This record gives sequence, C-alpha cells and structure tokens, in this order.
Amino acid sequence: MAKTIKANIPAGELNQKWASYKAQAKLVSPNNRKKLEVIVVGTGLAGASAAASLAEMGYNVKSFCFQDSPRRAHSVAAQGGVNAMKNYQNDGDSIYRMFIDTLKGGDFRSREANTYRLAECSASLIDQAVAQGVPFGREYSGYLKNRSFGGVQVSRTFYARGQTGQQLLLGAYQALMRQTETGKIKLYSRHEMLDLVLIDGKAKGIIARHLDTGKIERHGAHLVVLATGGFGKIYYLSTLAMGCNASAIWRAHKKGAYMANPSWTQIHPTSLPQSGPYQSKLTLMSESLRNDGRIWVPKAKNDQRSPNQIPENERDYYLERKYPSFGNLAPRDIASRSAKEQIDAGKGVGTLQNAVYLDFAHAIAEYGKDVIEQRYGNLFTMYQKITGINAYEEPMKISPSAHFSMGGLWVDYDLMTTIPGLFAIGESNFSDHGANRLGANSLLQACVDGYYIAPYTIQNYLADEINTPKTNINHPAFEEAELNARQQLQQFVNCKGSKTAEEFHKELGKILYDKCGLSRSESGLKQAINTIQQLRDEFNENLLVPGDVEDINSELEKAGRVYDYMELAELMCKDALSRDESCGAHFREEYQTEDGEALRNDQDYAYTSAWEWTGNPSEPLLNKEELVFEFVKPIQRSYK
Amino acid sequence: MKIHLNVWRQKHKDSKGAIVKYSLNEVAPEMSFLEMLDMLNLKLAKKGERPIEFDHDCREGICGQCGLMINGIAHGPLKNTTTCQLHMRSFKDGDTIYIEPFKAKAFPVIRDLKVDRSAFDAIIAAGGYVSVNTGQAPEANSVMVTHDEAESAFDSAACIGCGACVATCKNASAALFTSAKISHLAKLPQGKKESEQRTVNMVNRMENLEFGHCTNTEACEVECPQEISVLNIARMNFEYNKAKL
Repeated sequence: MAKTIKANIPAGELNQKWASYKAQAKLVSPNNRKKLEVIVVGTGLAGASAAASLAEMGYNVKSFCFQDSPRRAHSVAAQGGVNAMKNYQNDGDSIYRMFIDTLKGGDFRSREANTYRLAECSASLIDQAVAQGVPFGREYSGYLKNRSFGGVQVSRTFYARGQTGQQLLLGAYQALMRQTETGKIKLYSRHEMLDLVLIDGKAKGIIARHLDTGKIERHGAHLVVLATGGFGKIYYLSTLAMGCNASAIWRAHKKGAYMANPSWTQIHPTSLPQSGPYQSKLTLMSESLRNDGRIWVPKAKNDQRSPNQIPENERDYYLERKYPSFGNLAPRDIASRSAKEQIDAGKGVGTLQNAVYLDFAHAIAEYGKDVIEQRYGNLFTMYQKITGINAYEEPMKISPSAHFSMGGLWVDYDLMTTIPGLFAIGESNFSDHGANRLGANSLLQACVDGYYIAPYTIQNYLADEINTPKTNINHPAFEEAELNARQQLQQFVNCKGSKTAEEFHKELGKILYDKCGLSRSESGLKQAINTIQQLRDEFNENLLVPGDVEDINSELEKAGRVYDYMELAELMCKDALSRDESCGAHFREEYQTEDGEALRNDQDYAYTSAWEWTGNPSEPLLNKEELVFEFVKPIQRSYK
Repeated sequence: MKIHLNVWRQKHKDSKGAIVKYSLNEVAPEMSFLEMLDMLNLKLAKKGERPIEFDHDCREGICGQCGLMINGIAHGPLKNTTTCQLHMRSFKDGDTIYIEPFKAKAFPVIRDLKVDRSAFDAIIAAGGYVSVNTGQAPEANSVMVTHDEAESAFDSAACIGCGACVATCKNASAALFTSAKISHLAKLPQGKKESEQRTVNMVNRMENLEFGHCTNTEACEVECPQEISVLNIARMNFEYNKAKL
C-alpha cells in the first residue's frame, strides 16, 4: 500500500537546521573509526570527495569505478563552472538569494531544507578547491573571478576556463589517491557493481565484476555509498559518457531503495546536433556561450539558405522575443523547449533540420574577435574539430540533448535511501534540484554532498555500528546475490539472438526522447509504455552478446546496462504519466498556459514521487513525500 | 568512403598479438573515428566474432580514456586532438589505416587495443596532491594567486592522463605526465610548500615503475592533445635538483 514518507528534516529556522543537525550528530572516536569499513561506488566529484574525506577521518574505504582510473569519471566533462555564495562581486548575493534561485529554478519541486543547505555549504567548497590547487580564473589583482550563468541575476559562478569539472575532479582524485598511499583507501578501478547485498535489512556490501577478467567478487562493509551519477544515457544520444549507467541505483532500487521523480531529465539546450544514424553521443557546448551568443532560426520554414545569407529581418531571435528580461539566458528547460518548438514547426536548420543557430556575429562586432576568442576560444576550437566549421565566420548549430537526471534514488535529509546503511550522493540522488537544475549547480551538489554532508551523516549512522563486526562475505545473502548476478550474465550470453545491446539501446532511446523527453502527453506516454514492454520482451529473446562471462567483454557490460534501462524506462514513463501538471523539465502538453508555458499544480502535485519496486517492472508502487513550503511561498516561475 | 583497417588483435596480456585486416564500405566523413570502430564492431558481432576491445568513455576529449596509435601516431594525424575527437573527414576514400594500442612496458595490453595505465595513478599517489584535508582550507581569497600564475598552473593542470606522451616517446618515459603535475602544483602558492618532497617522491615512483628516461626528444609535446609543454620537464628537473642540493 502506498505510504507517505518523511525526510527527517531537523526542526527550527531554515538557517539553523544544518547547524543544529551537526551539533547533535553522533560521533565515532578515532579508535573506533579504524574498525569500520565503507564502500563508495563511483569516483566522480561526489564519490571521490566522500571517499577521501572519510579516509582522512580514519575510516577504511573501498572505492570502486568502472573506468580505468578514478580521474576519468564523468564529472571531468563539466565545462562552465561551479556556483558558490561568496558575494565577491558585491552584487546582492546571499545564501538566501542562492537558495531562492535554486528553488525557483527547480520550479518549487525540491525540499526547502536540502536546497538551503546546498547554498549554505557552497562557500566552503571554493575554499577547499583553492587549497587543493584548483586553478580557478583570477583577476589581475590575484582575486578570484566570477561569471554569470543562466537563471540568475548575480555573478556567482567560479570557473577554470572551460574545464571546471576536470579541475575540480583532479582535486578530489588527488585527495583520493593520497589516501590510497596511506592505505585508508583501497581502490578498485575497472570494477562494476552488479548488486547490492542486504543483511537483516541493512546495506552490507556489493557484488562487483572485475571488467578486465570477468571475475565476480564479493565486497563487504558497514555501509554502502552510491555516487554513481546520472542516467541521461538512457536516451542513448546524450551528453553523457558512453559508460554512464543506471545499473547501480537500479539494482539498489530492486533491493528496496525508492526511486524519486525518475522522469525529470534535464535536456541541455546547447549541444551539437546529431549528424547521422551512426552517432554515438552528442557533445555539449558550455551554456556560458549563451552569455554572448544569440539564438535564432529563419522565420520561413525549410529555409535552405546559408545562415549568413539570411537578412536580419528574416530571422527570429525567439528567446529574446519571448523572454525579454532573460533573453538568451533563460533557464535550460525553457531554452530547450523553445528550440524544440521551432524545430517541430519546420524551422530547424542543418542537413537533418534538427538544430537552431547560436550566432556570435553581433558579439564579435561589438567586442572584437580577440575578446570572444579569449572567452570561448577552446569551445570554438572544439566545435571546429567536431563539425569542421569555423564559428567565428558562421553561426554554430546547436540542439537540445539529454543531460542531467534531476531524479534518482530517494534520500532523506541525511542522504540515506530507504534502505538503512545505503547512502546516495551527487547526481545519483534526487535531492536538491527539483524539476530543473540551474547551470553550475551540479558540480556544487556533488562536492557539497561528498565533502561536507556525507561525512557528518555517515558518521552519525556509523556511531551505532561500532560494535558490529566486519561483514562476513560468506553470509548466504552474498551467495544468493552472487549467484543471481552470475545467472543473469550467463543468460545474456546464452541468448544468442541477432540484435546487439547497442541496437536495443538506440531504439529505446528514440522512444524515450520522442515520448518522455522535452514534452510528454498522456497518449504518447501510454504508447511508449506499450512499445517499451514489447522491446523488453524482444531484448530477452533476441539479444546477441558475443564472448564469455568470465572474460573481458564490453558487449556483456552494455547488455547489463541496457537490461536495466529497459525497466527504468517504463518507470520513467509511468512517473511522467502520474503527474498531471507541468513543472520544470517535466512538460505535459495537456497542462500549459495560454502562451505555452508550464502550468504547475501546487494543490495536487506538491510532492516528490518515490517509487517502490514490487517485483514487476510494470507495477511500481507510488509513495509520496509531501513538499512543505514552510519559509517560501511558491510563485509562478517567470523569466519574461 | 571505403576504408581498409589493419587492427592489432591480442587476446590477453601474455598472448601473442597480430595485425588483422578488415574493410568497411560505408564510412561517412562526419563519423568520428570511434564511431567507425563501433560500425566495425557491430559487423563483427553480427558475424558471431568477438568485437575489438578499445578504451573510450566521454568521447569529447576530456576524460583521457581513449588512445590509439593511428598510422603510428598517438591519437592520429590531427594535432592536439584525442582519438575520440578525430573524424573520418581526416581520411580519404580508399585509405588504409593501421590501428595499434599505446605500447609501453608500463602499459601492458589487456586485450586488443585496451592497455593498463594504472601506473599513472601510482605516480599521482606518490605525491601529486596538496596535503590538505577536507575542512582545513582558509578563506579562498586570503591567499592571492596572480592571473598569470593561475593561467600558467592551468596550462600544466590541463593534462588528461591519456598516456600519448609515453606511447610516443622512444624511451616510453612518463616525464611529461609527471612533470605536468609537479609544475601545476609548484606554480601555485598552495602547492609550493611541499614541492621538494613531492618532486622527489613522484620522480622516484616514476623510476620504479617501468617507464624509461627522458632524453629530451620533445616528441611528447608534439603528440599531446592538451598541448602540455616540455618546459614542464625543465621545471621538474629544476625542482628535483633544488630538492637534492
């Protein structure tokens, strides 16, 4: 039966909640810490920062990643920056303002207390990163520089050229590697988690596969932290890395962790368009380009002229027209949906007519080519490498692409899932961004969860575990989980059908992008659910995986990930279908204002959907966490 | 486009590898190099053969996981470009392309084109960090870093750890990789304090792994997708000598 769930938010004023939590949290003495073991899956910003911080405190950490080095986790690809409330620009910023921006950006579908804590902890992160040697942009005076980003009116974004994610991740990775040298972290690269192991209802370990050998291993601990990132790759074409996947969180879901708002996916407005059926991913161009680039399409349908031949009065700068106060800096969901409207209306550009122009001609005329080169040189170079086009001479072609999962495992204020001892941090949880994430808040959330929140809340949990002996990996729960994982892999190999996992993934991605992407409708979603069920049946009967289980086998890795996507995809559609309103990235065609904006329904839908696995992927159970707005009254979001 | 491929296939670390020939008829110039390999792998899988194992992840030139020797050049013919950012428009219809793994004693082949670069992690673990625990940091603007210091540190910090420098070097030296991290941290006031200790530890670790010595051919800089300068190696030598004097 459906339940109403509680997030364990501390009482008190908004700005006192985290302070009072920390003051009352239980501690573990240094002598006891060395007896306790923690598993952290994922080595992106959230995973690496949590693993390093916990090891520094004295806990024994086992750190897992599927990449060949922890430094390659996909946080590395974030370009634009990281938000933090320092108010160095004296432009009216405050923790409260940052909290409101994030809450409003998320269309009032996030938890007040969590969102406030994100803003509250942001300043410390910049201090920590600078101390680690992250080379943030500097003024000539030597002080830190800021830039502005979509959805806000202050400059609070810190950046390291267009490689902020890389530099922050290297800081966290280096902190992690430092602890491997002390022996407090044992690193397992090229390992993929296959299952979560529960003993007496608590998370006590994982089953993992060594990807170089195919060997299946058991790892026990006193608790498990998932920091496995987002699952936007479910759409196949996305800005994510090829290996990004939902398997860790999905398998945890099947062991009892609730999935929250799984359909809320951020579709990024400025990625490069698909150029053909062979395409494997869409490269993101930093949103910072929208600071100076102007977005437009031809006013006429099917206009085949080259962009420079289209005169000013035959262009539609639709964002500036529709949203005069934010213009090209409208938030991502709005910018993406507007682009789709234009493309669907037959005004898309490029050979597949699937893009819009991002034009720098005006900025170059105003500031000179040198200034634009200084600001975005690396992005222009990257654009040329991929497309062969010089964007100083003709506009870039951009299109929306799946990017960030606002949804993820449901967690309480402690970032603990509904399974005791299972924590989810960073993008793998759902907690801070509501129905739409603001640019440069993703790096922030990953770091804040890993450096500043998890170390307190995990210690609070471990304080009750000091007398618990080491987990016995010969426990029947481990045996059963290993056997199941092994059987599943063997089934994939034994199926000997005619379609590869990648082919299934492409089909699934297309269904989701069309029916559960930028806009959703009741009939489209119902149709998608049907098609996904059929595709899943076909997957089970007709999958082709060459090679063996106990060997290095990329095709087998993909098969496991796509299998999980097939189940998650149906839940995403069911989630979108259950919410008869539009909010942030979730745009239901039936619920829009007269001028086509999202129509939110606070009376009936001010809750987080937390889905429970019932054993049948077609029959998930909906539980609700009511969103109580104690300190802020939700308003209609407007960027006009 | 029609493309002929000569690809290194090797079953395991200790087995003997060999070049195997393949041909593809429907290569589009807009395809990335790795998408061309995806196409070949799909063909192989459909025929019931084992696809070619190769490393890749972000496919946007920043994670450093991809890396192939393409016609004998690390990451292929384009300057300052990772394998994943290389596109087939850089080749002609009818071309023959040789594809091999990054070969070095310190990078053993795992299978086909996949190699083990964990030796790089071991070098970083020896000292490639600032020893600051979470929570110890002072207010960020309390220590000034000039614009030029930050930019110069960034140039060194931009290394993606792909290993092209090692694969290209006739001695399989890791000098460019190691020196980039030493320089990045030595150039910043936050990292300067422990520079001597760091340099000695990292250089010693590099020597103990199976990398060769640097003989200043500067080939590494030419092949580096991130344009990491060999001046970093000079800086490493300077820091090392300073520590040893």
